[in-house]
Order: sequence, then C-alpha cells, then structure tokens
Amino acid sequence: MPDTNQISRPPTRSQELVDTSFRWLCLGFAWLSVLTVVFIVLEIGMNAVPAMRQYGLGFLAGTTWDPNTGQFVILPEIWGTLYTSFLALIIGTAFGVAAAIFLSEGFLAQAVFVVLKTFKLHLHPMFAKLPDQMEALLKNLIELLAAIPSVVYGLWGLFVIIPLIRPACNWINLKLGWIPLFGTTLTGPGVLPAVIVLSIMILPTITAISRGALVAVPPKLRMAAYGMGATRWETILAVILPTAFRGIVGAVILAFGRALGETMALAMLVGNANRISVSLFSPANTLAALLANNFPEAAKKDVGVLMYAALVLLGITLFVNIIGSLILQRASAAQEGAK
Amino acid sequence: MNTHDAILNMEIKPCPPDPVGPDINPFSDVDFSELEKSLRRPRTLIDVLLSNLVSAMTVVALVPLFSVVLMLLWHGGQRLSLDVFTQLPPAPMEEGGGFGNAILGTIIMVALAGLISIPLGILSAVYLAQSSPESPLAGAVRFGAKILTGFPSILAGVFAYGVLVLTFGGYSAIAGGVALSILMLPTIILTAEDSIRMVPAKMRDAAIGMGATPTQTTLMVLLPTAMPGILTGIMLAIARAAGETAPLLFTALFSNYWLFRGGFDLNQPTASLAVLIYNFAGMPFDNQVNLAWVAALVLVMMVLITNLIGQAFSRRQIQE
Repeated sequence: MPDTNQISRPPTRSQELVDTSFRWLCLGFAWLSVLTVVFIVLEIGMNAVPAMRQYGLGFLAGTTWDPNTGQFVILPEIWGTLYTSFLALIIGTAFGVAAAIFLSEGFLAQAVFVVLKTFKLHLHPMFAKLPDQMEALLKNLIELLAAIPSVVYGLWGLFVIIPLIRPACNWINLKLGWIPLFGTTLTGPGVLPAVIVLSIMILPTITAISRGALVAVPPKLRMAAYGMGATRWETILAVILPTAFRGIVGAVILAFGRALGETMALAMLVGNANRISVSLFSPANTLAALLANNFPEAAKKDVGVLMYAALVLLGITLFVNIIGSLILQRASAAQEGAK
Repeated sequence: MNTHDAILNMEIKPCPPDPVGPDINPFSDVDFSELEKSLRRPRTLIDVLLSNLVSAMTVVALVPLFSVVLMLLWHGGQRLSLDVFTQLPPAPMEEGGGFGNAILGTIIMVALAGLISIPLGILSAVYLAQSSPESPLAGAVRFGAKILTGFPSILAGVFAYGVLVLTFGGYSAIAGGVALSILMLPTIILTAEDSIRMVPAKMRDAAIGMGATPTQTTLMVLLPTAMPGILTGIMLAIARAAGETAPLLFTALFSNYWLFRGGFDLNQPTASLAVLIYNFAGMPFDNQVNLAWVAALVLVMMVLITNLIGQAFSRRQIQE
C-alpha cells in the first residue's frame, strides 16, 4: 500500500501529461519556425515560376521596364543594387573599422584618463570609472545609429543631404566632368546621396561585429607586441588586425548583405531611373526600390514579374549572408583555438 | 596609460659599476636618447597621426546621428502638438491635420506581429536551449533564424503579399502584422535562447534534484530567471518592427481613416507611421512634408524609448 502522507512522490498523471505535451509543443514550434523560413522561400519561388517560364534568363539582360508593353528586364536594377552597395561598403568599412579600433583599443578611455590626471582627479571616486563609462556611452551612441528607422534616414537624406551636397557635386561635374564617375549633374535624387545614407546605415553593423572580433584577440598577443617595443599602431597593424581579420571580413560581408536588401532609404534617394551608369550623380534604381515602388500599384498579371525580381534579390542576399555567417563561424572557431 | 607608454616613460638609470669586475659600464654603447618618445622619428609620428585619424573618423561617424536628431527636433518640434495625435491626415492643399490613425495602426500591427512571433520565438528558444548541441533540428532552427536576421525586410512584405493579399484579395492590418512578425522572429529566438542558456546550471540542477519535471523546471525556474533577457529581445524586436516601412507598403498599404470606422475590422487597409512618412515626404505640399517630419520625430521617440526599456531589462539579467 503506497504511503500517501509522504512529501516526496513521483509526478502525478496529470503532471506527466502536461510535461509530455509541453515538450511536444516546443518541438512543434521549433519545427514551425524552420518551416516558416522554408515556406517563405518556396512562396516567393512558386509565385515567380510563371514569370520565369515566360521571360526566362532574358529577364536579366537589357534595360527596359515597361508594364504597358509587357517588357520587363532587371539588369539596371541588379547593377544599381550591386553598385550602390559596393560604394557604401567602401565608405562604411573605412569608418566602421576605424570606429571599432577606436572603441576596442582604449583610445577614448586613455584620453579621458590623461585629462583627469592633469586635473589630479584620476583617483577621485567620482571620476575613477569615467573612462570606462565614456567608452560604453560611445559604443551605445554608435549602436543608436542602427535604431533609427530607415524611412527617417530617407527623409533626412531627401531634405538635408541632397541640398547640402548638390552644389559641390555640380561643381565637381563642371570641373571634372570628363571622368565617367562625375559624368552627370546631380539634379535631385541620385547614386551619391543614396550611397552616403546607405553607408551610415551599415556602419553600426560593421563596427559592432568588428569590435567583437578585435576585443576577442587574446591580450597576451598585444602584451607580447608591446613588450618587444612595438608602438601602439605597429601592434594594431601587425598583430591585432591580422588576428581579427576573419571576423572583420565576416562583418563586412554581413553589412554587404544588409546594404543589398535595404529598401526605403534607396527608394527615396536613388531616383528610380532604369539606366546603367557609373556616374555618382546620375539617378539609378535597385531591386528592393523597384519592388517598393511597383508592388503597390502592380496589376495582377505583373505581380509574377515582381516576384521574379524578388526571387533574384532573395538569391543574392541569401548567398551573401550565408557566406558571411560561415566566415564569422570559422573566425570564432579559430579564435577559440588561439586561446 | 598602457604598458607600452609606461615602459617608455620609465626613468632609466645606468647600473652601478660592478664591485667585483673591472669598471665597465654595460650600457656604454647604448644611445639613451634613441629610447625616448620623439615625434621626429617616423614610427612615432605615424603612430600619432593614425591615432588622430581614427579619432577624427569616429567623430565623423557620429555626425549623422546628431544631425538626424537635431533636424527631427528642429523640423518636427515646431508642429508637434496634441492635434497631430488625435486628427486624421489632411487631404492635399488642406491645412492642419495629424496622424492619430497612423499611430494606432502602427501599434495594432506591431501588437499583432508580437502575438504571432513572441510565443513562436520563445517556445522555439526553449526547445533550442534544451536540445543537445548536435541536434539537427536545433541547427536548422538556428540557421533559419540567422537567415531571417539578414533577410531584406521588403521580402517579408512580398511573402505576406503572396500568402495573404493575393489569396484573400485585399490589403489588411493582418497581412502587415504577419510581415512584421517575420522580422521580429529571429531577434526573439536568438536572444531568448541566449538568456535561457545563461541561467546558472545549479538552478536547473536544483529544480531537477527536487523532483520537478522538465516542464516544471522550464516554466518555474528557467523562464522566470531568463525573463529580463527575453524581454530585452522582445523590446528590440518591437523597436525594429515599429520602424519598418518596406514590409507594410503593399500589405497594409495606407488609409486616411481610423481603423475602427464601422466596427472592429482588421481586414482593411491600415495606416502606419512609417508609411505615412514615406508617402508624405514625396508630396509637393509643405503641410504634408512638415507632418512627415513630426511623424518621424514621434516614430524615433517611440523606437528609442522601446530600446531604452529593453536595455533597462538587460541590466537585470542574472548571469552565471
């Protein structure tokens, strides 16, 4: 006869039932979130199939986009997407990695410390933590750049950046117009304002991930370099950056993926013109901006074409993102080894 | 002050002469001025120049942030009044007006997205945190979440358009909410898994040792302990979703009227702050452009406050 007065007892029938069903529930939801991703890719793919049959690979070569005659070619959009993202990546990487170095190598903390020391305050309990706090504040400020919605950046670019750079751009065009890069005038929206705003938007991604990679460099490497008499920048350039190189490359590639898929800032700033031009000042178009501008008014029969364009965008970004994640994964594995 | 500078600034004294051996100074052929920091030498000069360059670039990188905030306060602050929260968007050429319906629409669609993505995300994360490292399903969930993190937001809109708008034949708040939920999901899954894993192992062991079933351990120990971290993730996801425009452009579309005109119906085109900014920014009317700035100010405030709440939660996270 079981002793019912004891405190310890096996789980009751209903508790076991709840336990099993909760575990099945979690398993089911895990499957559900995987299936969601698969479903998204399939849904876009299936909707694109009719247009793929109709236009085939010819969709990718040419420059016409005309719903009235039913001619659809997205080569200018592919060019515009890659061109703007690539230019933004150059600017974003330069500034993003610089900020990451500035944040990870204690530049600010040291400057604050020197200022405090000149006032003999560096041991004062109120200010002793100030160097670290300033660095944390700066890191949060850079991350705030990522919190501002892209449509707000678009608005800012439209009413602040374009009027600001237009005189300079047109002056450069006047003096250096023979260089294809400056071959047209900037009449309003164009590649350069889009690139400027895009580079601001990808900068926090680059800074955050590169900073992680720089901080993860084992301190003994840094100490060894200093111990051998290397200056701070000899240490950074010859020891720290090479060690963190893979992490930084992964950051840059992930940022490239972000730039490729960014929609609103480009839809507002790039000018929506179907042309292929290397000029920084000419209007252009990108895949994401094409979707944003044409989907709301698309007739039913044209939706397939847009789905095809969406599929191309999906393919490009998936490819770039998977490469970036793989590089980051290998980078952190290599760093585990270095420890 | 780092080690390197400390060593360079150390006062270097020659050793006292060896009392036993002959009187030879071991440093006689060392030029001590070589060891001092001097800007005349290229390596120190480059060092200083690069330090200044990097500092300047970091400052330049922050200029846009201050510029955006100042412009929002300057352009948006002038028109900010109670009216913009309670009135409907003005017609072209009309003066005044506001965007009360857009604020309501944004809140409702983000709430819908949360209703879908929060349970899905947390329960998937519970599964992930309990699974063994080599479980293929867990790997697939994580891989899927990572893919969704870098997923262009407009493609979430394309997906919701294909599934809901094309099938049910109309733009709706529901389609907008579904599109936003796809963007919230990866943040919630990844942060929730992290914070559940961060719960000290001894707490889990103690619960199991007391005879709790795995479900009781999860619901009464793991989730409450991990809750601050999970809430941080949810807040970050909400902040991101509230600012997204691209997925709403052709799922929720826009509307000049209140959502509840003629009863509670989520199955109709719905206004949102983000789409209002996009639409009004492109209009040739001053009133609309001004309203776009005010809406941007309100939107940025909402996003920043949500972010700050999330950060406040993250400070309360218990860590191993």
